Amino acid sequence: MHDDEVRVTITSDADLVPARSEGRALAQRLGFSRTDATLIATAISEIARNIVVHVGRGEIHMRPLYEDKRYGLVVVARDAGRGIPETDAAMEHGFTSRGGLGLGLPGARRLMDEFEIDSKPGQGTTVTMTKWRFRDELERLRERRGQRG
Amino acid sequence: MSVTILRQGDYLVASIQSDLTDAEVLELRDQLSERVGLYRARGIVVDVTALDVIDSFVARSLGSIAVTARLRGADTVIVGIQPDVAIAMVQFDLNLEPLITALDLDEARRLLDGRTRGDGEDAR
Repeated sequence: MHDDEVRVTITSDADLVPARSEGRALAQRLGFSRTDATLIATAISEIARNIVVHVGRGEIHMRPLYEDKRYGLVVVARDAGRGIPETDAAMEHGFTSRGGLGLGLPGARRLMDEFEIDSKPGQGTTVTMTKWRFRDELERLRERRGQRG
Repeated sequence: MSVTILRQGDYLVASIQSDLTDAEVLELRDQLSERVGLYRARGIVVDVTALDVIDSFVARSLGSIAVTARLRGADTVIVGIQPDVAIAMVQFDLNLEPLITALDLDEARRLLDGRTRGDGEDAR
């Protein structure tokens, strides 16, 4: 499964293009619907832009997840910037520190199922977000058969 | 830049060919604003069929293309927003008020024809 781990280094707005397409490709390899793959790619674009605008450099790491009999995709965005002093405020719709619309982080949170932001002043910021995949009937059937042995 | 801008009568048609960087989106805005004056265009159609992600930056930029063109005397219609892109934009809760949209180029042209005529009536 290590083949499915993807890393994209973010140093400029041009890196958003591969970040979006790698995220979409991984989502589709993992069986996400086209719509969910689009939601994931859009959320990745937002957090990647956040890195470009606020810090200038960072990394996005995407990988598959299997937990509680659910399949998912985790995106981790890390930077070594100054950190966000008010993470609660940053998550509010319309909050902005750089004259944008303040839609980036709250928008990304709405597109994903789980969203966590970890930031301390001077220690950089890590955003972790997860999307879970709905299993189709065939998969559930296979799992039930597997359990009966 | 992976956008072609064609002049068709009174209108400019900008077809985006592939995913764009932020810098290319801004370049598109500037080029359209410039050409509206150059060709005395009354309308702009931006075809976004090739975009499989429209995030807050791109949406805002499309809005600013429309507002900039309006100040230069032209209306803007966005065509070809993909179904799943539309779903993402709704979940995102973006304010898309300045945007006029149409399903395809023909509909966009009809819309612009109607609006340009409407402007004439207002002026009488």
